[in-house]
Amino acid sequence: MASTLAAPDPGIWRQFPSRVATFCLVELQKLRHDRTEIVTRAVQPVLWLVIFGETFNRLHAIPTGNVPYLSFLAPGIIAQSGMFVAIFYGIQIIWERDAGVLTKLLVTPTPRSALILGKAFAAGIRSMTQVVVVLVLSAILGVSLSGNPLRILGAFAVVMMGAAFFACLSMTIAGVVLRRDRLMGIGQMITMPLFFASSALYPVSIMPGWLQALSRINPLSYEVDALRGLLLHSQAHLLRDFGVLALAVVLGVTAASSLVGRLAR
Amino acid sequence: MSELDRAVVTLPAPLGVSADAGAARPALLCEGLRHRFGDNVAVDGVDLRVEQGEVFGLLGPNGAGKTTTIRAINTLLPVQEGYVEVLGYDVRRSPMAVRRRLGYVPQQLSIEAALTGRENVTWFARLFDMPRAERKERVAAALEAMGLGEVADRIAGTYSGGMIRRLELAQALVNRPQLLVLDEPTVGLDPVARDGVWERVAEMRAATGMTVLLTTHYMEEADLLCDRVALMHLGHIQALGTPDELKADLGPGATLDDVFRHYTGDSLHGGGESKRGIRETRSTRRTAGRVG
Repeated sequence: MASTLAAPDPGIWRQFPSRVATFCLVELQKLRHDRTEIVTRAVQPVLWLVIFGETFNRLHAIPTGNVPYLSFLAPGIIAQSGMFVAIFYGIQIIWERDAGVLTKLLVTPTPRSALILGKAFAAGIRSMTQVVVVLVLSAILGVSLSGNPLRILGAFAVVMMGAAFFACLSMTIAGVVLRRDRLMGIGQMITMPLFFASSALYPVSIMPGWLQALSRINPLSYEVDALRGLLLHSQAHLLRDFGVLALAVVLGVTAASSLVGRLAR
Repeated sequence: MSELDRAVVTLPAPLGVSADAGAARPALLCEGLRHRFGDNVAVDGVDLRVEQGEVFGLLGPNGAGKTTTIRAINTLLPVQEGYVEVLGYDVRRSPMAVRRRLGYVPQQLSIEAALTGRENVTWFARLFDMPRAERKERVAAALEAMGLGEVADRIAGTYSGGMIRRLELAQALVNRPQLLVLDEPTVGLDPVARDGVWERVAEMRAATGMTVLLTTHYMEEADLLCDRVALMHLGHIQALGTPDELKADLGPGATLDDVFRHYTGDSLHGGGESKRGIRETRSTRRTAGRVG
């Protein structure tokens, strides 16, 4: 092993995609070795669709135009369950800090923003499993979602970006509170408000004014809007939605990477 | 052997280093390094010069400032005051260049327990931008060199403490660092596992001529392994030299243990213990107990 030097610097523009790919790959390897999370995480979306969805489908209490409520709900549940996975992702970075792995990662030639971006998309990989669960379940329940592979691919991209943002939010909080139990508490506290103040369960039009205002600054609403547009062919502002999500990811990466150093002290 | 002789012997040794910017520079240079945590001055004006190819030991009681010094050197902490240069690169100005040439094993036993040994090492090979064509072979070689060839595809969570430490060495060595930084590499390991770790480090050093900077509490290990040692206490370097020189200064029959006690004796009464040092060492021991 003596003859050659350390690998050369590939330059920052090749480094970013390479780091993101590396962290995603590691996440996939972890999922392959331990599949329990895929199963346990599937329980919640199943409950939402089968119990909540089926019930409200019969009530016709929520005006969803000419779309059955179950179809209206399915994209919302995809977004919600992806967010639930990502919002607790900061726990992993605190765990890695407690286990000493984070210090080792920070001593590799990886810019902090590349580390955070890599972790954010790794969280997205975990959320992907939720999309698959809901899509399969929807097919079983007879929900008519788009079968167009391009649209489904688009839905994966939307969930990836949404999860990346919520993972960054989680890692930002992790960088502030520095402890797993506190992050757990804050995560529990914000998931439901984020969920309810979005268009996941009901259209924005039936919300009271103050909730509509909250919904407008909630990235989850834009994620749901994009997913409905892609999977239900409903009226959506795809360009705006992608733009908002991309901006949210950039802001999230900036905030989280400026705080990640605190975890190494 | 005097310091001058050693410099002549060791300087040309590292292979391939000559092509690098830091060829004529020492592996490590610290000048007036000072670091504060709030009111607590953890490192209080440290001057160090470690030549390329040396094995240099930083010794001292818990809370002496060893880990803080090491974290300033490996770019984990910002250099608050003073100057630190690694392999010719100013740590403050070129942290990425330093990281690319440095291998680091922290005090705590730390691997990704959900991945296999091979996946753990491949992960770090990727993080060092190792070209795909070489990656597989070099990962296998690093695992083999650390005696983990046969268990490489087992989940690392099933490894013993000594195996985890050797896996961490494989992670740190896979990119062939010119400076290997080991912070208490044998804390919490049984004597056999400790010997295993040191043997591998000595083999790698002989094969590559890399510089090794380590901290340890075990004086007999420092005596055996290190070309030179520095005794650190209360953020200062109290004594520096070859183990033989330091022992000779104290009189005939002195051991490195005696040297340690001579320079840091008051720490036994709690003089130099910072809360931070105790916490970190404890958590290491706990991890070692859990995984080993």
